[in-house]
Amino acid sequence: MNVGYYPGCSLEKSAKEFDLSIRAVLKEMGVSLQEIPDWNCCGASPAHSMSEELSLALPYRNLVQAEEAGISKILSPCPACYSRLKYTQDEVAISSTLDRMRMITGREFRRSTESRHLLEFLKEDLGLERLKSAMKTSLQGMKVTSYYGCLTRLPAVVYDDQENPVIMDEIISTLGGEALDWSHKTECCGASFSVTRTEIALRLIHSILQAAKEREAECIAVVCPLCQSNLDTRQGDVNKEYGSHDQIPILYISQLIGLTQGLGYAQLGMDRLLIRPKGLLLQKGIFKK
Amino acid sequence: MSFLNSEEIHSFRNRILSLSGEDALRCTQCGKCSGGCPISPEMDQQPNQVLRLIQINDRQAVLSSSTIWLCASCRTCSVRCPEEIEIAKIMDVLRKLAVEEKFSLAEKQVVKFNEIFLDTVRKRGRVHELELMMRYNLAVHQPFKDAHLGPRMLARGKLGILGQKVKELSQVGEIFEKSKRFFKP
Amino acid sequence: MTESSHDERIELLTYAEVVEVKGFVGNFDVIIRKKPRYVDPLKCTGCGLCSEKCPTKTPNEWDLEMGMRKAIYKPFAQAVPNVPVIDPEHCRFFTSGKCKVCQKLCPAGAIDYEQKEERVQKKFGAIIVATGFAQFDPKVYGEYGGGRFKNVITGLHLERMLDPSGPTGGHVIRPSDQKEPKDVVFIQCVGSRDESKGVPYCSRICCMYTAKQAILLKDHYPNSQSYIFYIDIRAGGKNYEEFVRKAQREYGAIYIRGRVSRIFEKGEKLIVRGADTLIGKQVEVEADLVVLATAAVPQPDAIGLAKLLNIAHDSYGFYSEAHPKLQPVESLTKGIFLAGSCQFPKDIPDAVATSGTAAIRACGILSLDELILDPRIAAVNPDLCSGCLNCLEVCPFEAIEKTEVNGRVVARVIPTLCQGCGNCAATCRTQAASVQGFSEKQICSQIASIFQEMKKEKLFELSEQ
Repeated sequence: MNVGYYPGCSLEKSAKEFDLSIRAVLKEMGVSLQEIPDWNCCGASPAHSMSEELSLALPYRNLVQAEEAGISKILSPCPACYSRLKYTQDEVAISSTLDRMRMITGREFRRSTESRHLLEFLKEDLGLERLKSAMKTSLQGMKVTSYYGCLTRLPAVVYDDQENPVIMDEIISTLGGEALDWSHKTECCGASFSVTRTEIALRLIHSILQAAKEREAECIAVVCPLCQSNLDTRQGDVNKEYGSHDQIPILYISQLIGLTQGLGYAQLGMDRLLIRPKGLLLQKGIFKK
Repeated sequence: MSFLNSEEIHSFRNRILSLSGEDALRCTQCGKCSGGCPISPEMDQQPNQVLRLIQINDRQAVLSSSTIWLCASCRTCSVRCPEEIEIAKIMDVLRKLAVEEKFSLAEKQVVKFNEIFLDTVRKRGRVHELELMMRYNLAVHQPFKDAHLGPRMLARGKLGILGQKVKELSQVGEIFEKSKRFFKP
Repeated sequence: MTESSHDERIELLTYAEVVEVKGFVGNFDVIIRKKPRYVDPLKCTGCGLCSEKCPTKTPNEWDLEMGMRKAIYKPFAQAVPNVPVIDPEHCRFFTSGKCKVCQKLCPAGAIDYEQKEERVQKKFGAIIVATGFAQFDPKVYGEYGGGRFKNVITGLHLERMLDPSGPTGGHVIRPSDQKEPKDVVFIQCVGSRDESKGVPYCSRICCMYTAKQAILLKDHYPNSQSYIFYIDIRAGGKNYEEFVRKAQREYGAIYIRGRVSRIFEKGEKLIVRGADTLIGKQVEVEADLVVLATAAVPQPDAIGLAKLLNIAHDSYGFYSEAHPKLQPVESLTKGIFLAGSCQFPKDIPDAVATSGTAAIRACGILSLDELILDPRIAAVNPDLCSGCLNCLEVCPFEAIEKTEVNGRVVARVIPTLCQGCGNCAATCRTQAASVQGFSEKQICSQIASIFQEMKKEKLFELSEQ
């Protein structure tokens, strides 16, 4: 299977482990990724907050680059990138918008590409059976709370339930983990307020961690680089602010899949996480030394 | 004190309607948006209050609120609104209007963050996170903000010193030059 | 109900349904299907031994499945007649040929497994529809738990618990652990006034019953505290406003203006997160029990019944009245009347009032030997009729019949069924069908004289059009 790939800016560096683990697990399952040539930033929230045309034109260029490279399906792991690409794709169905994008970028888009989010791709395109058959070990009943953040509510995202999404939970169950039901599946992590109003983000991150702890979660599965960064890199700050002593590893769903495929610790970028998961994985027998 | 003027009463609501396609007058002030907003505790106006202020044409109160900048675009309000009003979209339009009309911005550092973010994209085609963090810290006069995280992030390979660059950079520059704040078909 | 079952002038057909209605006002031909009870009402004494000894238990629909009933059961304590019925889907005899305990034990020999369905055909002068309303299912609200939280219940569940003959013997308890709730949150408008997931209208009765429930709860548990999240309080009725104030002032109910956005489970408690729009703050309440005041919606088979009766209904499924102000109990089909909430949710005084009005209107028909009809009905001129019968196809009241005049097939309007809508007149290609007093010739001549008047006064500028 061949699919286009749009990593987005975070996956290049600060969330490299997401990129590494996705590439590794998809390769293991016979999926080859064709990165969009010379892709640019999608603009994320700053673009749509400051300029409407910019917020459409930046993703538009990526769609054109993909189309020109013969890519018909683009996999975007980052929810924001996925939402912006899909939203632009939907908007240029209106001819006046398409005309304007053509004028700004000087490029034609024949609208022959489509975007897929990672979870959608795993469930619909690959299927849970495929994930199961690639398993060499299981998650050994590890208690995992799946954290979706705002993914299922983002503009143009129309799969899974907005209030109680389940795809990640289904994947965890398929992989032999215990997918815990919990209250904060879709509660906001604070996004970029982690930088601009840190105390707000800390408050939100704290309630998410508390809710996971309440269910005795051993780790939290995520699908967004910003959520991962907030829950992982800020966990220490949250502990300091609220007097807690949490050490809950925050793992990408692709890393969890990779663990069941017997892939390496560094190969999955596990060594790049601030809250170290090694102890937990050894204790559970998921990872052998 | 609010002085309501019949000539003007619909003008802000109409402006928002034409820019966002959403009619603030549909709001029945039920408060479900404010009830679910994750940032509600820190906002000066609750989301439902912002819609109320649009309804009575109080442009000043809306565009100078912290609410529009503290909105995380999580869309919890939009998906739960019983009138199906795209509240997050209205907030987006209000952000752009506040900047365009040069209002006194309540959360200047949020705007600064957005501007620096987009500037690094303009220059490189992709966000340079380290440059963004450093320039932001300087702009808000907190050069050592989150410095405690620096070494650990560096050790984990999370901070790219050099950053990435798009090859066809002129295309990106052109996009920035030609893009207007509001799209008018 | 008991009174009407003893009145000689009333024949009560219970456990029965209408399956066909033909005819017209004063002469409705109705077929009724009487479902088999498997118990002979003439022999049964209502002693209840059968239900007591029946070995099969199944969730009780009347108690919204909070309790159990037997396979031979009376639907509720005050049911009329005081005769049980066997549920063939759960009864061991009907499902596997075993048991027969009820028959063995019945002292009156009233159990009859051989009982068959009966069809009765009768003529009726008038029909009154009083089929009531149903509850909106709040499971579409994922933010309120989507039906997964045991301690989030509806107002009707609370009613069953408050009933001394209900599943909990009149004790309000948390379904999850049977414990007494201390902090109870009531949420108004769940499904009502909601264009996105529910119905746009106000269900009218919920503000008042919630206030009542808050008062009763405080009576039961003086240490309890009720919080009521509302958007507006609709208390337009005699002593209604005073009642709501009493709930606040004398019974300590805290009213919070704002919709609830989310309910979380946290340990044993429920966290209710909403807004207080009057002070502009988000609020959170830790509750033991949450009661949702769900919207009142039409019965699930309302539209099916409307088609059977040939009465009009609105887009929700509520039956349409002939005039919203002046004819609130008449349906658009002559001779069929509407009582109670099948027309639109209403509280008890209004339901009683409309029922009384419908009854007297029905009497109005029954007391006459001849009916005076509205003369504005259609007629088909057989001399002009081509016999195409297109009008028959388009008549919504089935008021046109095929007949023969001098060996030629023509259409004929049945005067008593015709409501004067004019569909046939509009469809007729030969101008044979027309509404009396509104023939095409008459209408054209009206228009011509209007134009004549206008020409005189030079009011009409044709050039601009």
